[in-house]
Amino acid sequence: MTMTAVQEKIRVQNLNLFYGDNQALYDIDLSMQAGSITAFIGPSGCGKSTLLRTLNRMNDLIPSVKITGEVLVDNQNIYADDTDVVSLRKRVGMVFQRPNPFPMSIYDNIAYGPRIHGIKRKRDLDEIVEKSLRQAALWEEVKDRLNKSAMGLSGGQQQRLCIARLLAVDPDVLLMDEPTSALDPISTLKVEELTQELKDKYSIIIVTHNMQQAARISDTTAFFLNGVMVEHGETDKLFTNPGDQRTEDYITGRFG
Amino acid sequence: MDIAIKETHDDRCASAPPSWNNRRRRADRMMHWLFIGSAAFVSLIIFSIILFVGSQGLKTFADVSVLQFFSLDWTPSENKFGAGVFILGSFIVTGLALVLAVPFAVLGAVFMSKIAPNWMREIMRPATDLFVGIPSVVYGLVGLTTFVPIVGKLTGTAGFGVLPAALILAIMILPTILSVSEDAIRTLPGSLEEASYALGATRWQTIRKVLIPAATPGILTGVILGMGRAIGEAMAVQMVIGNAPLLPKGLGDPTSVLTTQIVKEMLNAPFGSTLSNSLFLMSLVLLLVSLSLILIIRIVARRRAV
Amino acid sequence: MNSKLTNRLATGMFWLVGLGILAILAWFLWHILSAGLPHISWKFLTKKPEEMLSGGGIGPQLFNSFYILALSLLFSIPFGVGAGIWLSEYAKKNRFTDLVRLATEMLASVPSIVFGLFGLLVFVTTLHMGYSIIGGALTLSLLNLPVLVRVTEETLRAVPDSYREASLALGATKWQTIRKVLLPTALPGLVTGITLVAGRALGESAILIFTAGVSVSRFAPDFNVMASGETLAVHLWYVRSEGLVPDATQIAEGTAALLVLVVLILNLVIALPSRFLQRKMAGKSS
Repeated sequence: MTMTAVQEKIRVQNLNLFYGDNQALYDIDLSMQAGSITAFIGPSGCGKSTLLRTLNRMNDLIPSVKITGEVLVDNQNIYADDTDVVSLRKRVGMVFQRPNPFPMSIYDNIAYGPRIHGIKRKRDLDEIVEKSLRQAALWEEVKDRLNKSAMGLSGGQQQRLCIARLLAVDPDVLLMDEPTSALDPISTLKVEELTQELKDKYSIIIVTHNMQQAARISDTTAFFLNGVMVEHGETDKLFTNPGDQRTEDYITGRFG
Repeated sequence: MDIAIKETHDDRCASAPPSWNNRRRRADRMMHWLFIGSAAFVSLIIFSIILFVGSQGLKTFADVSVLQFFSLDWTPSENKFGAGVFILGSFIVTGLALVLAVPFAVLGAVFMSKIAPNWMREIMRPATDLFVGIPSVVYGLVGLTTFVPIVGKLTGTAGFGVLPAALILAIMILPTILSVSEDAIRTLPGSLEEASYALGATRWQTIRKVLIPAATPGILTGVILGMGRAIGEAMAVQMVIGNAPLLPKGLGDPTSVLTTQIVKEMLNAPFGSTLSNSLFLMSLVLLLVSLSLILIIRIVARRRAV
Repeated sequence: MNSKLTNRLATGMFWLVGLGILAILAWFLWHILSAGLPHISWKFLTKKPEEMLSGGGIGPQLFNSFYILALSLLFSIPFGVGAGIWLSEYAKKNRFTDLVRLATEMLASVPSIVFGLFGLLVFVTTLHMGYSIIGGALTLSLLNLPVLVRVTEETLRAVPDSYREASLALGATKWQTIRKVLLPTALPGLVTGITLVAGRALGESAILIFTAGVSVSRFAPDFNVMASGETLAVHLWYVRSEGLVPDATQIAEGTAALLVLVVLILNLVIALPSRFLQRKMAGKSS
């Protein structure tokens, strides 16, 4: 895959989302580039996590959700009828708010993805497990206890394990839903550093309630309020010179 | 290292055979249909039971009128197939068992959920579970070797009859009612209790005026479940009730109920005979009573939800 | 009346009832075991039963009990677990789901003697199986089904949704998620549930009298599924109510003690490892 500087990875067009009769997202239009980090910020309940979950169709799991509009990943509408959701989710992976390792060994957690995608040879799996753990900066900490339960790791280690588990299926896009909200400051720092190292190879979209975090790590930032995308632009500009009064009120802490 | 990662970025999962995706998708669809199939199959069973047992039972009415079937005269040798005695007997014995078991079960449930110290609870819970699991023939045997002689001595009869049957049923349904009621009381919101104590009520007043009334729907569910178990129980009752097709005049008198009469006569009834058909019809009555109990539980549960 | 005094009296009454219930249960257990255990010997467990003379054993019945149990689990586990998986993972809120739930609940309330007559009518008579091990096992599996459905659904529902999300977000299909994450996580609960089902099936008698029969094959052990297959629980009832042997009481008491022992063992031995398994899965042992 060639990495041109400005390549559109995801485009959201005219997206509306309803939970039953309640509308949660209004006319979202948004474009995200490959190889960059986009942050979604906004007060809780503003729809930023909901939008994130439309990008790999995790909202399909909730029966009452209805969606209109389009989400294009690599110029393909993922809400088209012939979309294969399973291979979409392999390309667009997700890290959740709370670390959610499976109750298995560390090794089996990482090998889970490759295995379900048909890789059976032990040698291949070993290689993928090591590579993914190294990428997630976890290898040195766990290499001597790969066969121990992943539930015995600390919260920060568990979250990096979940990132490694995701890298093992080789996605293009990483969706991160407040990945550090359940972590201590040191673990948070480690995950933030990790995103910087990964952003060359992956398009990353991160939902965060922490504005400093968004300012530290993202290239562009989108601000949401009550299901509406108020503003989307380069992070530096959005935080220093917002184009909308509501954005300014939020980032200066007048509400939120 | 950077370069190495870049190289693998596009083919980390490439060693999978290309047909893999189709295969697992086919497996996914197939399993989905197998699960729906299992669900449909399990649902079909109850209706086929009603259908088969019902149609076999209804053949009775070719030889016996509806009125005769519900009469009290059961003399197969004279072509009299009145199952009234057994229907009444079922309700009498079940009612008596409930009268014996419910007070103990409810008090026991309160004790277990609110009063007993932890170590006592740790004994009582597995103990009640264990007693739900003991086979009914074992209950029957204990009834036969202990209750029958005692009742016999007290009443001066052989000892087989309504009382030992009700006693053994009461012991059998006690754990069922107790554990369901305990669950209902334990899961009440703690705020109820606190509110009562805050008003200066004693524990007994709180239990009697607040907890038991609030848990009544759950307790009722337990009682109905116990009733279902008692009315459908065959073997334990058959071993102690005396099996005489007569209405009992006292607690020590032998009688017979729906289940026991079926056990007693079925093995010797030629298939297709009026006797055999009438036994099927009796089991249909039993089935319908059990199913209506389920409906009652559903209604109670719906009330609780409101 | 003084409310404090009433309260104290009531507390006393509750203790009395609680201890009374425990006492009844303890007496019951003691009564069965003390009467029956002395009759249990190797000879008793392995010998064939006698028709008229004393000194008969229960070997074939013991074999039949476990053989029929195993077959009935074999028939019922795939359907019961399958339906449970469907209810927990696939079912949407609609008429069909309501129907499946109602039907399962109804099936759970069917008295076992009605199952017995159904088996007699369908398997024994209509399908010409006669009083046989296979007829008994098939009918018994109907008794197992609703409990299996409920246990499977409940244990799967107890698996946190985060596991489902994690697996699906990695591109797993639903079936892969169920097989590789949900079922292994739910396994301790499933094992406990199947134990419960096995205990109940092992003690069942009303169903088997009319389907597996009240006699045993001349050969022992007889793996032929068409052989008649009296089980322990049926034998206990049969010798005590119709049997002609002079030592019927001893045989019945020995069999009762054996049945209770098996139920005890099922409750203890299999419930403990599943608790251990649960702890191990949670990662606390590492």
